[in-house]
Amino acid sequence: MSENSPVDAMRRAIDTAREGALAKIMAAQDSASLRDLGIELSRKTSGLVALKGEMGKLSSTADKRAVGQYLNNATTEIAAALAARTTEFADQELLRRVENERIDLSELLTTRRRGHSHIVTQATQRLEDVFVGLGFQVAEGPEVETDFYNFEALNMPRSHPSRSEFDTMFLEFGEPGSTLLRTHMSPVQIRVMKTWKPPIYAIMPGRAFRRDTPDATHMPVFHQIEGLVVDRGITFAHLAGTIEAFTKAFFDSEFTSRLRPSYFPFTEPSAEFDIRTPDGDWIELGGCGMVHPNVLISGGIDPEEFSGFAFGFGIDRMAKERHKVDDIREMYTNDLRFLRQF
Amino acid sequence: MKILNSWLNEFGPFGTDIEKISGAMTSLGLTVESIETIGRSVKGVVVAKVLRTERHPDAAKVHRVFVDAGDGAELHIWCGAFNIKAGDLVPLATLGTTMPDGRVITARGIFGIESHGMLCSGTELGLSTDSDGILILPTGLKLGLDVFAALKIKRDSLFSLDVTRNRPDCNGYLGVARDLGAHLGIKIVAPPGDDAKRGPKRSLKVAIVDKKKCSRYNATVISGVEVKSSPDWIARRLTNCGMRPINNVVDASNLVMLELNQPTHAFDATTVNGGFRIRCARKGETLTTLDGQQREFEATDLLICDGKDQAIAIAGVMGGAATEINAATSVVALETAWFESAGVARTAARLGLRSEASMRFERGVDPHGIDHAVARFAKILRESCPNLVVHAGATDIKEKHLPARQRPVNLRLGQVNRLLGTSLSARAVANLLGKVGFIAKSVTTTKQPVLKIAVPSWRPDCESEIDLVEEVARYYGYENLGKLVPQSTIHGRLSVLQQRRRELRELICSLGLSEAMPNPFLAPGDLARAGVSESNSIRLANPLVFEESVLRTSLRPGLLKAIKYNISHRAEHILLFELGHVYPSGEQPSTDDLPDEYESVCLVAVGESSRLALDWWSQISAVMNFGAQLDQSTIEPGFHPARSATLRRGRQVIGFVGELDPRVLAKHEINTAVACLELDLSALLAAPPTVVTAKPVSRFPRSDFDLAFVVPNSRSAATIIKALRQSAGDELVDLELFDVYRGPGVSDDSRSLTFRLSLQAIDRTLTDAEVTATRRRCLDAAAKLGAHLRQ
Repeated sequence: MSENSPVDAMRRAIDTAREGALAKIMAAQDSASLRDLGIELSRKTSGLVALKGEMGKLSSTADKRAVGQYLNNATTEIAAALAARTTEFADQELLRRVENERIDLSELLTTRRRGHSHIVTQATQRLEDVFVGLGFQVAEGPEVETDFYNFEALNMPRSHPSRSEFDTMFLEFGEPGSTLLRTHMSPVQIRVMKTWKPPIYAIMPGRAFRRDTPDATHMPVFHQIEGLVVDRGITFAHLAGTIEAFTKAFFDSEFTSRLRPSYFPFTEPSAEFDIRTPDGDWIELGGCGMVHPNVLISGGIDPEEFSGFAFGFGIDRMAKERHKVDDIREMYTNDLRFLRQF
Repeated sequence: MKILNSWLNEFGPFGTDIEKISGAMTSLGLTVESIETIGRSVKGVVVAKVLRTERHPDAAKVHRVFVDAGDGAELHIWCGAFNIKAGDLVPLATLGTTMPDGRVITARGIFGIESHGMLCSGTELGLSTDSDGILILPTGLKLGLDVFAALKIKRDSLFSLDVTRNRPDCNGYLGVARDLGAHLGIKIVAPPGDDAKRGPKRSLKVAIVDKKKCSRYNATVISGVEVKSSPDWIARRLTNCGMRPINNVVDASNLVMLELNQPTHAFDATTVNGGFRIRCARKGETLTTLDGQQREFEATDLLICDGKDQAIAIAGVMGGAATEINAATSVVALETAWFESAGVARTAARLGLRSEASMRFERGVDPHGIDHAVARFAKILRESCPNLVVHAGATDIKEKHLPARQRPVNLRLGQVNRLLGTSLSARAVANLLGKVGFIAKSVTTTKQPVLKIAVPSWRPDCESEIDLVEEVARYYGYENLGKLVPQSTIHGRLSVLQQRRRELRELICSLGLSEAMPNPFLAPGDLARAGVSESNSIRLANPLVFEESVLRTSLRPGLLKAIKYNISHRAEHILLFELGHVYPSGEQPSTDDLPDEYESVCLVAVGESSRLALDWWSQISAVMNFGAQLDQSTIEPGFHPARSATLRRGRQVIGFVGELDPRVLAKHEINTAVACLELDLSALLAAPPTVVTAKPVSRFPRSDFDLAFVVPNSRSAATIIKALRQSAGDELVDLELFDVYRGPGVSDDSRSLTFRLSLQAIDRTLTDAEVTATRRRCLDAAAKLGAHLRQ
């Protein structure tokens, strides 16, 4: 094939036009000039479009096909270059616009935050969750109680000497001495026994009241949680096992527990329970025992058929020690600077 | 109860392994509150003799003491105590001595005069609790000798035990030793009694009038008594156990009480007019007791009277001053009795006079330990009175009410094993109990063995089978009973109400409020100050303080106090809530009624308007699915008269929303608005949320249109909304009040309310004609309420 064949001439012309177009595309400085260039390149008078019109001058079909293909390739190449360059400019412009939108997010951080539930509430909920996990339900009852539910049903008749240890606050309501603020959560145990039927696996967290002068570790209004299990075949070993399971679940698996004999009118055998920290220190936690047969009878349960155990301890102290609060009174000042810490 | 280890060892060879003894005590339920080491010698403290004392003209509070510490040299000491005189022997802490409190004795003096040591008090050396002055040592000690060696003081341990109410016997050494002996396998012996031959018969007449309250009275005459100070060892033991030595007679009585848990009372026999009469007091009768106080009695108080029926002691509580042992006493009438516990308890409580004796009678003493107590008293007193004569013919009256020496209680073996989870044999149970004096008389050998246990008289607490089960557990060892987690046969969960309460609390916290826990006790007037009626409140019969003597009927007074407190501490963004019980008295109570206590929640925000309170209500009612209508026609007292509403569900009032009354706020020195929402949670949480049945969602387009009305201020938006809802019919899927405008273009007594209504049918596209018709109906309904389209 000679160098001056019409095919060659066409190819050279196509090359020239293509290179010219590509150079212009590369030289364009923004998307507007690129858009103009695109329009210009598609005009009939522009290089490749014009060359297409000259295809007719070629004589052979083979030549037409060869040059046609070459021309198509060049057109495609230019279109691709144009598209790539367009995208490039669009990206750049988007980036610029995005950058112009920059804001200092730290200006938007507000100091207003979510409120805080009281640490006693938090402790109560943690305790509830542990016992729910052990298969317990949560029972509730009134804070103002009758003498019957607070004492009499708990094996403490009127003359019982232990009554004096409860520092009871009585109310001017009904007969004198008949109505009081519950001194422990045990009245709820009686209410549960009377209204639920065994098997009973229940805890009763709540507020209790004693006529104690407030100090760093006591408040006249405080919170307690008690537990009650009544079922067939419940033994003292189940009591010890439940205390142990609770100790590990609530504190840590490194903690252990022990029971040692004690006295409460409403349980027998009675025990104090202590927990042992991983450091080896024993901490007194609360009281427990097998439910006294008289108490089961008060609750309408046959002590020959069912047996049960009960336990109880303070919630405020759990919160106090968890958060290392020096003085329990501080938990009840309602000072927002205190409340918002937790 | 304080237990001195050396003393305890007289009851059995318990040894000095304090850890082991204390562990055994804990395991038996004798809570060891503390263990004190006493008599720990202080190296460098020697016996010195006071040569002379001298005042210094410039020192008022100290004087100069010159002592000889054995080497003949005169040492000069500055001393702040003035109870010493020349010739006294005193403990001298020589230079370089480290005192028990860590101080090191140096020669540093005052006025340029050095001090060659320090004279010590009993407290400083840990020898007594009596810190008054320098310890005066007994005469005859060798000068320069180590004080502790000279006094033959050995190191000892003192256990402080918390004895529970059901172990009266452990208020004596014998009871503690008996338990420890059983636990540690150590044989114990009771302390010896006096075995000298009884002297000639001398009797006192005894008449028990109230036989139930006093069921045994022993009056023994003892002569040859010389009243003086007790021997050192007795005084030291009493001091260590927290009792003050008085004289050898009283001390012997106290020592016996500590050992055997049996109080005795020694009268000067010449003052009792020949005998005793034990009877209840006549109302208003009086007696001056040993402590010098005049006591007045009720008819329920039991008195010991003399042969002429003159009151001389309060039975089981305290003796009278007139019959007290005195320096001239040579004949003692010793009372050793058994008084019924409830009576002693009542009298001691009423008089506010709790003595070591009354505490023991209250808990219960052994009615059959009396003979040994008398013998033991004589044995101890004889140490200081070699010519002591215990006379024959002691009067000892036992009434039929006296508890028996052994009380039979049946114990089913099956019950032991059922409750303790053990598989003990009848023989094993009998052995465990036998070690502490509970004797198994017989065992029925059926399939269900029953042990007939004879409970000893020193355990009055053991009355029924369950008491014996506890004793089996105690001596078997709680730690040996094992640990088993019961497989709960129910599903552990929070109730729906409890879950919803938690959800509500979380929601309120997420609205930015923090939870307060104000005191539920209010001062009289607090409720009124918060605008709440006081008539429905209950007073405490025995409040701690007057300021906390009324039970709250609303959470608002407590939160107002909390707000005031936080404002005074310059807190910003005061948003608080409380979720708790309130206790209105309700109807006049019948016998078994309780007040109308219910659970309430109250939210407050300082510096915020009713807009925020309504926003809270919108969110809470939406999340918790609480429905209620706003009723602005009745306002709860304490709320802003023009900016609050009552929340009603039908006729039931479930809460209040808006702002607090500015007059209430002024009374609490709060000078900004306070948004408040108060809800009756008992009412709201009681109804479980209904489970919603799914409705199909329309696939057809929805048509929205806006209506802007001019509405007179007297007509509530709620009324218009209700009318629009009714008029728009079933196709209304959304209705929103999205603009409220007051100002130019709208007359002063009106405002413009703009609503957006969205219509959509489930089965078709609504036609323009349908939408126009609905719009028309809405306009007509609004017009009837005086709301006209804004031009």
